[in-house]
This record gives sequence, structure tokens and C-alpha cells, in this order.
Amino acid sequence: MPDDSTGSTAAGRAAEADRRAVSDAADAATRPVHAPGEVLLEVKDLKKHFPLTQGIVLKRTVGHVRAVDGVNLRLRRGETVGLVGESGCGKSTVTKMLVALEKPTDGQILYKGDDVTKLSGRGLKQYRREVQIIFQDPYASLNPRMTVGDIVAEGWSVHADIAPKKGRLQRTQELMERVGLNPDFVNRYPHQFSGGQRQRIGIARALALQPEVIVCDEPVSALDVSVQAQVVNLLEDLQEDFGLSYLFIAHDLSVVRHISDRVAVMYLGSIVEEGTEDQVYGSPSHPYTQALLSSVPVHEPHLRGLKERIPLEGDVPSPANPPSGCRFRTRCWKAQDICAAEAPALVDRGQGHPSACHFAEARHVVPTE
Amino acid sequence: MSTASTSVPSSPARGAGAPLLEVDDLRVQFRTGSGLVNAVNGVSYTVSEGETVAILGESGSGKSVSAQAIMGILDSPPAEVTSGRIVFEGRDLLTLPEEEQRRVRGPGISMIFQDALSSLNPVYSVGFQIGEMFRAHRGTSRKEAKQHAVELMERVRIPAAKERVNDYPHQFSGGMRQRVMIAMALALDPRILIADEPTTALDVTVQAQVMDLLKDLQRDTGMGLILITHDLGVVNEVADNVAVMYAGRIVERGTVDEVFGNPAHPYTDGLMRSIPQVEVKGGRLQPIGGQPPNLAAIPSGCPFHPRCPKRRTGAEAAPGRDCVADVPPLRLVLPGREAACHYSEEVLDA
Amino acid sequence: MSEPNLTTVGHDEAGAGGVTGATDQPGGGRQNSLWSDAWRQLRRNAFFWIGALFGLLFVAMALLPSVFARGVDPRSCSLSNSNGTPSAEHWFGFDQQGCDYLANVVYGARNSLIIGLLAVVVILVFGVLVGAISGFYGGVTDSILSRIADIFYALPLILGALVVLRSGILGRGVVAVAIALAMFGWMTAMRLVRSQVIAVKSSDYVAAARAMGASDSRILLRHILPNAVAPVLVYATITIGVLIAAEATLTFLGVGLQAPAISWGLQIDTGQDLLRTAPHAVLFPSLVLTLTVMAFVLMGDALRDALDPKQRS
Repeated sequence: MPDDSTGSTAAGRAAEADRRAVSDAADAATRPVHAPGEVLLEVKDLKKHFPLTQGIVLKRTVGHVRAVDGVNLRLRRGETVGLVGESGCGKSTVTKMLVALEKPTDGQILYKGDDVTKLSGRGLKQYRREVQIIFQDPYASLNPRMTVGDIVAEGWSVHADIAPKKGRLQRTQELMERVGLNPDFVNRYPHQFSGGQRQRIGIARALALQPEVIVCDEPVSALDVSVQAQVVNLLEDLQEDFGLSYLFIAHDLSVVRHISDRVAVMYLGSIVEEGTEDQVYGSPSHPYTQALLSSVPVHEPHLRGLKERIPLEGDVPSPANPPSGCRFRTRCWKAQDICAAEAPALVDRGQGHPSACHFAEARHVVPTE
Repeated sequence: MSTASTSVPSSPARGAGAPLLEVDDLRVQFRTGSGLVNAVNGVSYTVSEGETVAILGESGSGKSVSAQAIMGILDSPPAEVTSGRIVFEGRDLLTLPEEEQRRVRGPGISMIFQDALSSLNPVYSVGFQIGEMFRAHRGTSRKEAKQHAVELMERVRIPAAKERVNDYPHQFSGGMRQRVMIAMALALDPRILIADEPTTALDVTVQAQVMDLLKDLQRDTGMGLILITHDLGVVNEVADNVAVMYAGRIVERGTVDEVFGNPAHPYTDGLMRSIPQVEVKGGRLQPIGGQPPNLAAIPSGCPFHPRCPKRRTGAEAAPGRDCVADVPPLRLVLPGREAACHYSEEVLDA
Repeated sequence: MSEPNLTTVGHDEAGAGGVTGATDQPGGGRQNSLWSDAWRQLRRNAFFWIGALFGLLFVAMALLPSVFARGVDPRSCSLSNSNGTPSAEHWFGFDQQGCDYLANVVYGARNSLIIGLLAVVVILVFGVLVGAISGFYGGVTDSILSRIADIFYALPLILGALVVLRSGILGRGVVAVAIALAMFGWMTAMRLVRSQVIAVKSSDYVAAARAMGASDSRILLRHILPNAVAPVLVYATITIGVLIAAEATLTFLGVGLQAPAISWGLQIDTGQDLLRTAPHAVLFPSLVLTLTVMAFVLMGDALRDALDPKQRS
């Protein structure tokens, strides 16, 4: 296996980074540190280009939207990787490719060593069972004409080997109870539930397949503030109980920090910075990450003045016609000639974690007490 | 809510002069097929010149409905303002005939919405839509209106305003569209700007730009800003005073520093604890249990009691302060601080 | 406005309780499905029963006309009774030929109902099938099927049916008329289904089903069609009336059923000329036609509501 050597060195590097983070962080002892398990899911140079077409009957391709353009990610057993980025950065497209709803234009998705993009038939079905998804919109993600029981149990009709037909109702009710829903409500319809409860139904549906990985696509951003924490805690508990791995996609940087072990920041189709939660938030070294973090409003009145805002000018360029070299250079205050000529690789330039910037430099952006 | 709530302490942070806008004991009901929905149940607040008041609440708290009542844009039926006063420039808008209301509100109070795309008409250029304000209210000529539109677009920092004045809404990004909405709202130099979740649909970097813009514009014009939002961070960074709403009532009010620094209502306290912060990873979140209330069946007594960890009822409650039976009035709990909780003192101490 | 409606369920903790729906069944025993819930809902709908009662009445009329015609033969006529007005003996009076009109209207039920129902069933099946395929697979399939539908749209219902019947391929019987009408009436149903399928196809719950490995047929049958057929059902019930009336027009143009065949269309048609002298000749067949259409509209409406959980109280 040619991947093996690169895999183990990268894993080694990340493990070392983990150790450093642990020794750095004073509060590390107060929270569980996941022992890094084996790599379950690995994404290599993933690309998705959507053709831009003209004409109604005879379609002509006039260009490509480079929604995802070279993404690398690694998810270990039992860990949570956060993927943050603003709208249009391609994180949703990554999600869709990971759960095999979209076919990548190029690149690999390796799950337990197998290339998912080449799977079909039984292999693909098995993959779909083991890698599940939770959607953002709890109102759109449940079939309004199915009872909650049917929704949760549907996976067993597709994968009949998981649960014998006889005890399904009871198992449905157990699952509902596990995610905090009244099991007597199996015969209700989705519209009879509130947003937070509907999201729990979606979680139960994913859990029914006994997955190893759950891709969470903005699972709390459509919920009321006071309900978000309930769902976040539920996800954390389930991870603990079932040893799940999460890929947590969100635009809310605070939630991502809270739930993630490692964080990757996306901008215009590629990852610009990656590291442990501490590294990315504590010492961001890509200018975009710095600007992004500095824009997050803080909740504590006494921290209000301590933050230096890094304003970003203009809009995100169109992914149909991205800038040459570094994607961020059109809005970057550090941009030099080299940035237009050469795309910076996502490597560690001495900050302890990889950052895709020629002039990467750690900077303290988020105020702390 | 009792009349005690009308004795408003003059806003402590700013607002030297008389309040520009005074909302007093506003109540709004919706008549729906499934019964009466009490969306706003006795809300009072004031906004002074140059002051930013944040109305903080979740969906269904009545924060947007109360703003729509001020703007006179409630759909009635089913909505109906059942009582209250909305005093602007010394006149109670609710007692004025409709035509007169429009004349007062039109230039004086304006509003921007969360969804800028659906608030703009897709078949007219943005310049035309901004200029429309001048043509409709001031009878300006087409050419002059366009000139004004360009000036306004420059004021809200839309780059290359002269070239973009003839562009259509879909040609703008989300942040730019919200700027167009702000330009339209500012066209007639309003004294009060109501911003209903102005940045909820925007990305954080764009949100920061738009909030900065709003703050700068407010400093230049001295208008009062009512910021309706569910985002505690935005409130903290932008507002002077905050009113926290729950189930159609204001449950807590004061300066942002004091309310956020030392909440006096269990709901505010719970919100502060349940939200992860970007500054720290933090331990386990402490969510508020249960679901937001159903406005068609608001719980008896304190509407927050089914979710409240500090609830006292029956024998453990003080006389007249049973959380399940007695509605707590919005009362002064500290100088400049009001809260609608029977046991605010205990929340403050904690 | 949307705010107060967002919170559907009460304030209770997710697992604790809180009753909103009146349709709530004691949970324990069994797992309900959409269809069993829909049937329970239908059974409680008075309008459904009114519609079903009339529907049954007319079907019975079509099956056993002699009973409803009080034993009178519609073809035993006496010209001396021409255009006779209704009387205790002859409830609906007589037609121009002096035949008992009640018997004629009753015997007309069979042809009219067969044409209306048969045509609508063909339209439904064909429209749903083509619309679902078109919307679900999209791409070239959709382009071709949609263009074919466009071509059929270009021919008006009556004109198209007229051409087909004139050509004599199908003959001139009841079935021929029904099929000729269906051939030029399926496009709206197809369009309705197609647009619904396209809308539903991109919804998250379909993505969720796909992500759990569900097959195309499962996704179509369990997720897409139940959410796509509601508007078509309503359209179909209204169309029954249109089709029965269209048969009348075809008859008028001389290509539909022909006397001595008996149908409501024929009766309304001949009656039109006698509107001033014998209004009952138009009134009675129109009345039963309206009642028939109403019966199906009521049933269709009730079915649509029963299939939509949100409509249940």
C-alpha cells in the first residue's frame, strides 16, 4: 500500500500536534481527550466541478463552477472534525460527496481503505449504512407523510439485516427514547413536533443504521438558541455511547470550537488551515482564519474592547472564475506577487499546524480572559 | 403584566433628550383556525436619539411582531393590536387615522428585514427601487432620484455605486443586498430605524461589515436603532440597552453590560450558559430544558416556569409569588435594571 | 406572522409529554402507516360520506338502471307525449320523442360514468407514470417526454378527440370515446406530477433516503409519489365532469355516441335546442351531471386532506 507510509507520518504529525495541544492547554484536564483511533475516513484531493451550461435542448458547457477544488481531510474513530467556512465555500458539496449523493469530479474518498468513489451495488449500500448524515433543516429533512416510527425505521427496510421485522417497533421506541423523544409518539407526524424535536428524529433515523461515521451538516443552525445546546449535548452523549466519529460542518465558529477535536477552515473550495481546535482558534495563522475569527461577536461584555477586528474588503470571488494562485489573495492584506503565481500548499510553516499561506504567521485574534 | 411596567427608568447609557419612540403596554393577538395566539403581551420600551435598543428573543418570542406593530405592517386579520400606545413625536400612532399614520411613519420610522432578497423586487434595478422612495414621498424627478440613489449607495459603501445603480437585485451578493435595503431605509432620513434580524442570513465576516455600517450611520445621523435579534454576540457588540423577550413579554431589561454581566432572569441566565463561546472550548453546555412556549397556550403564572430551574410553587413559594400561579410583573430589581421574575434576587446572587 | 406558528408542540421537554394532535393514538401497540391513518381520517369526514353516497347512488344507477327507472323502458316512446312536463306519474317528464325522461336519464348514467371514469383513470395512470418518470429521471428523458406533451397540448381536447374518432381507428363505442378523450387530456396531469416530483426530488428527506441506500423504486413509491399526487387527485376529480361534458360536445359534433345510444351528454345536447319550450330537458341531465361531479370532487378533496397529515386537526 503506497498510502500507508504517508498515512502513518501524517498521523504521527497530528498525534504530536495533539500532544502539544494537550500540554499547552491548561484546561485540557477538564475535558475528555479522545485517544486518536485508526483513520476511518480519508479524503484526498477531492474535487467537484459543476458544468455551467447554456441552451435548453442542446446543452453546451461554457465553464465550470469549481465548488470543491482539492480538499484533504482525515477522520479518526471516535473523533470530531469540524469543517467551517462561509456560504459558498463548498462545505455542503463536500458533505454530499461524503455520503455519496454527489460523485466527485476527481480525488478519492477512502473509507477503511476502500475508495468510495469506485464502490457500487452492495459495497456502496454497506458504505451508506456506515456513514450517515444529519441535515440542517429539520423541517425539510423529514417526509411529512410518514409517521415518526416509519421515518426512524425506514433504514431497516433497506438494510433488513440490522433489525428483524418482528421487534422493529420496540427498537424504534428505544431509539426515540435514546434521543430524548417520547416513545409514545411513534404514530405522530413530523409537523406535530418542534424544530429541536424534529432534529432528534433525524438523529434517530441516522442512528438506526448503527453507523460508524455521522456527517452533521449544520445540525443546529436552524434551531432556537435555547434548543441548540440540547442537541449539541445529545450529539456528544451519543458519540460517547456508540463510539461515533463526526464530521461536523457548520458556519457557527463557536459551536464548532465547542464540539470539535480538530478543525479545518474552508475558503472558496479548498482548506486553508487545519489543526486542533486549540491551534486554529488560539493561534490562527492563515489571514482568512484570522479575519473570520475576528468577526465573531463575543458574548462577554468585558471582552468587547479587547478584540481587534480584521475587516475583510469586498466579496468572495466567484468559484466559476477563481483567482490564480492563492484563492484568498484578492482580499488579503499580505498578498505579494508570489500569491498570484503560486498556490500555497497546506503545510506546516512553523506554526505547529498546516496553513495554506505563503506568509503564514500565528496571531492571537480571539480575546481570552 | 401590570401597569408597574410603564414606569420606565430613563435609559441609563444614553438618550439625554426625551424618547423618540415610546411603546407602552403593546398587545397583539392573532386569530387563527386553532384559536387565539397571544404574540405580544404587554410590551413597553423607549428609544431615544442615538440609542441602540436590542430586542433579544427566540422565534415565537414576539420580538418581530412588536416591531411590525410599530411599523403598521401587521397582516390584519389575523393580527390585531388589542391595546397599547405607540407614541412617536408626541403622537400616539394607534389612535391616528390610517392615512395620517402613514404620513408620520413613512419618513420617520423605517425598517430593514432579514431576507433582503425577497424584500427587493427582482424586476426593477436597485437604483430605481431606492429612487422610488424619493419619487413617492418627495415627488422628485426621475433623474434626480437616481442621483440620490447613487449618493445613498455610496453612503452604505457599495463599491462602484455609479456603475451598479442600474444592476438588478440578483446581481448583488447577500451582504450588498442588505446594504441596498439599508440605503432604501435611510432614504428619507428616518429618526428610528428598526432592524429585524438584519444579519442573520449573512456570513460572519459580512455580518461584521453590516453591523459596523449600521453603527457608523447611526453615529452620523443620531437616529435611534431598534435591533431585533436572537444573537447574543451581536447584541453585546452593538447595543446600549437590551430587552429580553420570552412568550410575548419582556422578561428582563437594562444596559447590555449589566444584563449580560449579571442576568436577573433565569431565562437570560440560561441563555448565557447554554451558548458555546468562541473564546473558550468550555466544558459541557448547560441547556435550557424543554421547548419554547406555544403562544396559543402560554403557561400560567410565569410563562417560563415549565423550563425554569429556579421555579417555586406551592408550599415552597412565598405568598403571591407562586411561579405557577402568579404572573411576575416587570419590576425594578437593581437601579436601572428590571426583571420579570419573582426570585430575581436569587438569580442575581448566583 | 410565521413566528407564532413555528412552535407547534407545547413547551414540555422533548420526551415528557405535551398533547397537540387530536389524532394521537395510544402509542404502544402498533405502527400506523400513512394509509391506515388516512382511512381513519376519511371515515370521520362527513363530506367524504356525502360524496361516497352520491357516487354509490350513480354507480348503482349505472349497474341497475331498470330499478331506478321504475321499470319503464327508455325506448318505449309515444310522440303524443313529446316534451311533456314532469308529473307525478313521470317525474322528469318526457323528451322530444315522447320517451320517459327519468328512464332516459337513468339509463344515461352507464355510458356517461363509464366515459368519465374510464377516461380519468387512463389520464391518471398515464399522467402520473409519464410525469413521474419525466420528473424523476430528468435530463434527456424529461426533455423528450415534455416535448411530446407539448405537441399534444397544441391540439385542443375536442379537436384531437374528433380527429381520432373520425379516423375510425378506435371505432365509435363508449371505450373509444373515453380513450380518445384521455389521449388529449393527460398532459395537465403529467405536468402537475412532473413539477411536484421535481420539487420533492430535491428535498432533504429524499436525500436522506438515498443516503441510507434506498432504491429508486422505494424512493419513488414511498417518498416522492405520496407527496406529489395530491394536486393531481384534485385535478382528476374536477376533470371527470369536464370529460362527461366533452363527450356531449363530441356527440354534438357527430363523432361521439349516437342515438339510439343514451348518455347525459346526448340529452344535454338535444335539450339545449328546446331550452325555452322544455327547460326540463336540459335541467335533469345537467342536475345529475353536476351531482356526479360534486360527488367525485367531495371524495377527491377528502382524500387529499386525509393524505396530508398537516390537514388533520
